[in-house]
Amino acid sequence: MAHSARRDSPELPDFSLLKRLARDQLIYLLEQLPGKKDLFIEADLMSPLDRIANVSTLKQHEVDKLYKVEYKPVISTSDQLCFLIRPRIQTVKWICDVVNADKAAGKFRRYKLIFTPQKFYACEAVLEEQGIFGDVTTDEWAFYLLPLDDDIISLELPEFFRDNFLAGDQRWVRTAGSTLHLLHSIYGPFSKIYGIGRCSKMAYESWREQVEEGETKARQAEIGNVFLIDRDVDFVTPLCSQVVYEGLVDDIFRIKCGCVEFGPDVTSSDKSMKVMLNSQDKVFNEIRNEHFSNVFGFLSQKARNLQTAYDKRRGMDIKQMKTFVSEELKGLKQEHRLLSLHIGASESIMKKKTKQDFQELLKTEHSLLEGFEIRECISFIEEHINRQVSMIESLRLLCLLSITENGLLPKDYRSLKAQYLQSYGVDHLLTFANLRQLGLLVEQQPGETLTVMESKVGKLVNDKTAGKLTDAFSSLAKKSNFRALSKKLNLVPKSDEEYDLRVPRDMAYIFSGAYIPLSCKLIEQVLERDGWTGLEEVTRLLNGHEFAVTGSTKSDTNDAQRIVLVMFLGGCTFSEISALRFLGRERGYKFIVVTTAITNSSRLIEALLDNHV
Amino acid sequence: MLTSLLLLKPDEEDYWNSSKFKAFTFDDEDDEFSRLKESKQAVNSIRRLVEEDDDEDDVEKVSWSGEPVGSISWSVRETAASNQRTDREPAFPKINADTPTVSRSHSGYSLSSLFKGETGDQFSDSLSDSSVRLYAPELRKPKSEYKDYVSDWSPEETVHRMQQGKAVSLEKFRSLQDKLLLLDFSISAHDGNVITAVTLFTITFTVLFRELESRQTALRHFIHYLTETRDQRLLLELLRALGRTEDIALLQYKEHLSIADENKRRDFLKSCLSLPFSPEDSAHVQDHYTLLERQIIIEATDRQAERGGKVEIFQKFPRRASILNMPLITTLYYCCFYHYTESEGTYSSPLNVRQTFRISEKQFFVTALAARAKLKAWVDVDALFTSRNWLGFTRKKSPLGFHRVVDILQKNSAPTQVLQEYVGLVDDAELRISLAQKHKCHDIIINTYRDLKDRQQLLGYRGKVERGSVEERKINELLDNPQIRWKN
Repeated sequence: MAHSARRDSPELPDFSLLKRLARDQLIYLLEQLPGKKDLFIEADLMSPLDRIANVSTLKQHEVDKLYKVEYKPVISTSDQLCFLIRPRIQTVKWICDVVNADKAAGKFRRYKLIFTPQKFYACEAVLEEQGIFGDVTTDEWAFYLLPLDDDIISLELPEFFRDNFLAGDQRWVRTAGSTLHLLHSIYGPFSKIYGIGRCSKMAYESWREQVEEGETKARQAEIGNVFLIDRDVDFVTPLCSQVVYEGLVDDIFRIKCGCVEFGPDVTSSDKSMKVMLNSQDKVFNEIRNEHFSNVFGFLSQKARNLQTAYDKRRGMDIKQMKTFVSEELKGLKQEHRLLSLHIGASESIMKKKTKQDFQELLKTEHSLLEGFEIRECISFIEEHINRQVSMIESLRLLCLLSITENGLLPKDYRSLKAQYLQSYGVDHLLTFANLRQLGLLVEQQPGETLTVMESKVGKLVNDKTAGKLTDAFSSLAKKSNFRALSKKLNLVPKSDEEYDLRVPRDMAYIFSGAYIPLSCKLIEQVLERDGWTGLEEVTRLLNGHEFAVTGSTKSDTNDAQRIVLVMFLGGCTFSEISALRFLGRERGYKFIVVTTAITNSSRLIEALLDNHV
Repeated sequence: MLTSLLLLKPDEEDYWNSSKFKAFTFDDEDDEFSRLKESKQAVNSIRRLVEEDDDEDDVEKVSWSGEPVGSISWSVRETAASNQRTDREPAFPKINADTPTVSRSHSGYSLSSLFKGETGDQFSDSLSDSSVRLYAPELRKPKSEYKDYVSDWSPEETVHRMQQGKAVSLEKFRSLQDKLLLLDFSISAHDGNVITAVTLFTITFTVLFRELESRQTALRHFIHYLTETRDQRLLLELLRALGRTEDIALLQYKEHLSIADENKRRDFLKSCLSLPFSPEDSAHVQDHYTLLERQIIIEATDRQAERGGKVEIFQKFPRRASILNMPLITTLYYCCFYHYTESEGTYSSPLNVRQTFRISEKQFFVTALAARAKLKAWVDVDALFTSRNWLGFTRKKSPLGFHRVVDILQKNSAPTQVLQEYVGLVDDAELRISLAQKHKCHDIIINTYRDLKDRQQLLGYRGKVERGSVEERKINELLDNPQIRWKN
């Protein structure tokens, strides 16, 4: 089951360096405010911070008490307050309130705001507007990259997705460029960069400019190739239910910053347990990329092996026993613990999935991907809505229906929307407006069946009249052209063929053999062709913005050329990572995934909900 | 709102020029972060300098003067782009990341005419220029030169410096033309942070809204900024100027979410009815208002009934939460639960709700079924399937697949004899058997195998039922029945 790696598969660079860099930089910043201070940490920075430093690190640098930013009046008695925050206006406003409250109370303190990964002018504008500009000092903590595993690095910026794709705010472009720059200066120089998407292009440009501004030492490249991809190039993949173990665990338990909390139903005790999920967990490492149907078999085999190992004790003499205890027992116990956890998790997954008719749900998704029995799919979704099953799930299915079908028929759109609002609240009018703006859930325009023809014409128009047309609000929403792309790239294998999930033959295994993720297929094709040549039709269907550039480095060692850094702008799923790992094994590459955040269908949809204040 | 993003005021500039102590151009409290950045960049090359200067340690001079030992300085060294230029990076080609609107020719004021024939050059000039400009050398420059840095930047240099977080002066961009020029350069740099900053600086009058119309990128940044700062008034004004009526309607409608008091919220929703929604959304908002209006009435009546302690259903099944602000279907469920038999005349009657809100037959059916099953009112459940049949036939009909019916019933823990009845109505034999097996409806399985004339399956099933049970006897009878022509 565990796939043997190709013998000549290159080693991955050591990313722990990034953690050290971030930690040391934070310490440096803390020391800029000498003396005892209380530290307020933005809630969603806690976990990332935990991965690189611990409380004692902070205490060593005179951090007295730690608080979470909760938008409440502060109770701290310290005369120095330090705020470790994301550059968000709401947070800055809260700090302004804190400072102004102190002022009103005649309390004198020193305040330091540390923005990470960078600060924005807009935040300063708020400081100025609230009259506390000179009362606080500000700094930037360039904590761009958090390695979650040997081959996964996250920017931990989930808001990138909504800001960039929904609001059309390019505030993170520079961040993305700086991220690349950091990787480039430590693990580069890169020799080839491919990409697709508007944001990818801008991030590339920002990076290139930073390279030209700065200086880098000549060094042996560890990463040769880079692929940048915008999330809106492929919305289909992250909207599908995940069935590979790691993805499934994320869908059900939500992996946060590489860590998952298993409840009592998994741990079979009365308490929850937080578990790190990465390649250090030997059991997990072997099942993370497997289709769920293989996981049980694997785990029970493992359990049997473990039993045998334990059984060896029988008939041992004292000396042997001593060796056993000192050498093997600890490892066995550890394995035992991990094994029982993952068995528990698998059982819990099974229970949850059978309860909600998972099989039928998957069948519907597969039909949508295939463009088959759409009426049945619609009535399945409708019943889902009628029964108020899950607000997110219903929306996810609606979006999947819309992108795969290039929009809903007007009468379907109206009726499904009306029923959705009845079931989950009229407030979701705002959610629907967002989804329409993003192009995730739209009505087919009359005559839109002539997709190909029309987009050809559209292209001509766009090229010539550049201007408002493309950049207008509406054009942020692109046509998906999924059906045509699927045909062109063979994304949906013929359904009459048997697909052995134990011996995957292509990346489709991550979706039970029903669909090859578009994002990963593009990466495969471009690497294979060393560019976009021959993919003109595909890029046209994807609304363009593709690029492939070569640096002027002499061709570096072979190893670096087979290390490919894939950067997802707007998030990527664990399933996609599994698919890329598979592709790497097949083709002798090693992929490093850099993502603005790990996403999945729920996170994607939740980012677009607007039924709350 | 008119935030001056300007970092240096003219009088401060004078101060800079006269300053004898500060080696940094931007060593102002408002610019500590750029100092940090630069100090990091510079730290390597001038470390020796710092060490030499140690005895006349001037804290003001460089913020990093007390450079921490060990790993920290190592980190700072690593992060900063080193100034030891040993080998020039390979230059990567510039690709056109420009989106069409961003192109200069589309700004209201044709920039291309201003830069005819030299725009491209200027870009590359500034790039190569900045690429050789290192920070450390600046430190060593005579202080008198600094003035040039603050005031003499071209728009693209200004934008470029802003991207790097360095101090700039926006004061000189005073004419509309200059402002728009600056804005267009920021747009073509793609850095949202800078676009927002320049937009805020530029858009000082409502009259400038129209300039944004031709600069959709800047417009989006401005809108996002206003959304984030919750400057509703200005945002509405902007949208009005742009004629984006639907956005206005939605934005105003959204405000209801922050109104906690139900009566105020209802009144607010009523005021939303006149907003310029699309006809379709307009109907939804109308429904929203009507629904809340009724929920308020139902809630008041039911709360009283519950407190009075006279109404049995509220005693038996105390309400867990208020019905206010719940979705329509939840409300319907509630009405089916507590007010099932009410005549159409009351607001809380399920039939009234159904009619008022044009609820589809299937939707009504599903909800009523779930509610009555929850109460274990099996008679009502039964009636749901038959009452519609006016000819008096007993055959059960359902707008919902019977396997779904079974699912709903089972989730409401219906007893086997109830489930059995509906499992038996599932059309598809295979689905019927699998459901029957799941819910242990032996009779159905046995009958289905009998109808399929599947002797083998029946024999197999005999092994699964309890010995000496009624089921076993029934199977035996069937197997012994000479009239059945088994297919196997």
